[in-house]
Amino acid sequence: MKKQIRLKINGLEYEIAIRPHWTLLTVLREELGLTGTKKGCDKGECGACTIIMNGEAILSCMTLAIQAQEKNILTIEGLSQGKKLDPIQDAFVKYGAIQCGFCTPGMIMTSRALLNKIPRPSTEEIKKGLSGNLCRCTGYVKIIEAVQKVSTEGVT
Amino acid sequence: MEADYVNIGKRLPRIDGIVKATGEAKYAADLFLPGMLHGKILRSPYPHARILNINTTKATKLPGVRAVVTGKDTLGFKAGGIATKGDEPYLALEKVRFIGDGVAGVAAIDEEIAEEALDLIDVEYEKLPAVTDPLSAMNEGAPLVHDHAARNISFKTDLSYGDVDKAFKECDYVRHDRFETAPIRHGFIEPHAALASWDNSGKLTFWGSKQSPYFTYRNMAKALNVPLSRVRVIQPYIGGGFGGKNEMFNVDFCAALLSQKTGKPVKIVVSQEEVLFAYRQRHPAIIDIKIGLKGDGTMMALEANIVADGGAYLSIGAMSLYLMCSFITFPYRLPNMKAKGYRVYTNTQPSCAMRGHGVPQTRFAAEVQLDVAAKEMGLDPIDIRLKNVVKPGEITPNGLKITSCGIEDSLTEGKRILNRWTKERQKDCDGKIKRGIGVGCYGYVSGPRVAGHNTAGAVIKVHEDGGVSLMTGSTDAGQGSDTVLSQIASEVLGVHLEDIRYGMVDSDITPVDPGTYGGRVTFITGNAVRLAAEDVRNQLAEVAASSLKANPKDVVFRDRKVFVADDPKRYLPFDKLVKTAQYSGTGKTILGRGYWAPEGLEVVNFDTGKGNFSATYSFGTQIAEVEVNIETGRIKVNRMAMVHDCGQPINTMLMEGQLEGTAITAAGQALMEEIIRKDGQTINPSFLEYRMSSILDACDVEVVHTDTHDEIGPFGAKEAGEGVQVATVPAIVNAIYDAIDVPFKRIPVTPLMVLDALKEKSLKKGER
Repeated sequence: MKKQIRLKINGLEYEIAIRPHWTLLTVLREELGLTGTKKGCDKGECGACTIIMNGEAILSCMTLAIQAQEKNILTIEGLSQGKKLDPIQDAFVKYGAIQCGFCTPGMIMTSRALLNKIPRPSTEEIKKGLSGNLCRCTGYVKIIEAVQKVSTEGVT
Repeated sequence: MEADYVNIGKRLPRIDGIVKATGEAKYAADLFLPGMLHGKILRSPYPHARILNINTTKATKLPGVRAVVTGKDTLGFKAGGIATKGDEPYLALEKVRFIGDGVAGVAAIDEEIAEEALDLIDVEYEKLPAVTDPLSAMNEGAPLVHDHAARNISFKTDLSYGDVDKAFKECDYVRHDRFETAPIRHGFIEPHAALASWDNSGKLTFWGSKQSPYFTYRNMAKALNVPLSRVRVIQPYIGGGFGGKNEMFNVDFCAALLSQKTGKPVKIVVSQEEVLFAYRQRHPAIIDIKIGLKGDGTMMALEANIVADGGAYLSIGAMSLYLMCSFITFPYRLPNMKAKGYRVYTNTQPSCAMRGHGVPQTRFAAEVQLDVAAKEMGLDPIDIRLKNVVKPGEITPNGLKITSCGIEDSLTEGKRILNRWTKERQKDCDGKIKRGIGVGCYGYVSGPRVAGHNTAGAVIKVHEDGGVSLMTGSTDAGQGSDTVLSQIASEVLGVHLEDIRYGMVDSDITPVDPGTYGGRVTFITGNAVRLAAEDVRNQLAEVAASSLKANPKDVVFRDRKVFVADDPKRYLPFDKLVKTAQYSGTGKTILGRGYWAPEGLEVVNFDTGKGNFSATYSFGTQIAEVEVNIETGRIKVNRMAMVHDCGQPINTMLMEGQLEGTAITAAGQALMEEIIRKDGQTINPSFLEYRMSSILDACDVEVVHTDTHDEIGPFGAKEAGEGVQVATVPAIVNAIYDAIDVPFKRIPVTPLMVLDALKEKSLKKGER
């Protein structure tokens, strides 16, 4: 049986019917067409599905959609202000932190949440903050650089 | 040669950066079509079994299920890297050969119903004795994975030149070692995904996560027995490949077959767990090497015996085996060599190409053995390498022709780095932490010459607003080739990078292409793009010459302008020139075409391994510094330096990214990565249990250029980023050797191995 719920995503209200066991990731991707959030492992191991909920970076594959009611959900689609990229998105582009791009939305959302909490993170803090996000392409070197650039130069 | 380029050799952001950073880039799993069904694949629970019967009645009757297919619904096509030796049905026919082998496909209105239907398919198996270890598989009387392959030998390479026996007798130093490498995974984060849509006119449209979409284009037509031109393969963004998304797989086939059956679009996205146990891996190998040297370090002779575990099917293993044998000593000069290679079938998941393709396994062995030899002979690891490296103009005994070659410079520069790090190291060593520095070298192909299709093509269309559409058949699986190829086009046409629009593969429209592998795209497709752009430039130069009253040869294209070389004030804006060309009385359609493949290469015979495999080779030296904690056995890579010759880099930022990615990935392969199986069952099929480098394992990577200018590469460019994988693992293992005086002969080198080795060493010391 489907259940009606309300979600607030990227500032918009959605009223949708879901099955109670559906994860937030499933609902975002399959029901709402917000496919920017990626499904890498669906088990909380790769970080590709990371979104921001009430200011915290969370794994949308490990969160039931029902749990996300009355929360402020921010996905990669809601990060840029219209055509203007968020500084962290801009830095990822400018400093070569993107290759295949599949881990990128999750990396960016985790980085955003980290920077909101710690505006000038040390390299160790960046590494700790992003340790749940796997990337096979970049070797992380340029990802660390991109996060650092935002914190030190505030790339816009 | 320092040329005055606008786009070449610059640090430019990738052209797909913004769509990837905003989540707009669509990958195969992100695609939806109206009426789309969802598919799932039933897989073998046994490593080896005969299928006696499959009953799909209950599954078919489940509400929401639209179709169930098994091997009986197929035409029995078998895929394989050598078409005539194809041995891999997309759905099992009479037997299953590994845990994960595809048995049936289901399409239903949603994923949950499809999943439920899998449980309702009754498969009656007769279990057969399985063989999961390659050495046992080669024994007489071992169970046969394929009836046609005696002793389970899937492919054999027997490379021999010079007089090995005589040369060994003349050597001052001879040693023999056995090395082993573990099975590892490609590790892309995007699981395999396919969307297929069959229409009533008999046409199939297919979107899939394929790094070489034209493999799927050809095999799909064969497997479904439809005309090739009725298969349209469209490439979405690809979430990493590293060799593991070259071939067409059962996920692709089942989506198409189920769509054909139901008349609806069918999407199948496999789970990451399935990726790990049911798809491809890198060949694990057992490598016996005997090496002989003169007292001064000159390499004289080598004899190798290589057993590579190919898993259940051929895949492209023939080439893998050739590369393992033929490149075992490259980039060193070696007059006498014998290398026997056996690729062996076992009841485990099939092995295929993976970044560095076959070469990392044997080069790990040869490079570590060389360091042991150097140490025992009292020679410096860099000097011994410098003594033996190939030089420009040489032809190796097995036929590799060396043209541009910066290996000597890279070693010399590597030595400077090593010396600097050695000095820095002495300052801060403490008791339980031992530091070491190691070196490794590589030489790698820039596009292999294989039997069959090799040519890359490019088509360029110009728009009257000055924009340029570039189409090739090459796929950017993340490495940045869309950007690099666009840079080449923009350099030739004198437009800005943002003026180029790159059209991804669509087999109805884009030129046919072999695919993304073997360091070929920048080098081969890059040349095709250069020619297509020159074709456009020549057409436009004619028009410009007539407008500007100049000779077409004197017309220069630069900064969105076209002007007369010695009188830049006589110019036309690029967009105006295109308009002029198209709008003149009998207007022209400006369309450029280029195609290219290196000339004069032989198709290498993989049985004997002789011939020039690539038009040019990239080279480099890798330095790694490690810390070994002798109390915990834990190894940490502190920093790495990559000193390489990739010809002229096209995009230095993207190229660095390739090298850094390789470095950190390889650190994982040296220290952590291993698919662990028990009786053919993978017991670590998750990112949590199969550990690859996380950001916590990232370290500083210095990228140093000792570039050459390649005569035939586009703007002088060669391969970058894949070959260096070959040198990284041995550099790390040699650094561990330097730190604790133990040369590890098996990768990954785990903390337990370190502790065991140290214990054994102290016991031996005690005995003395």
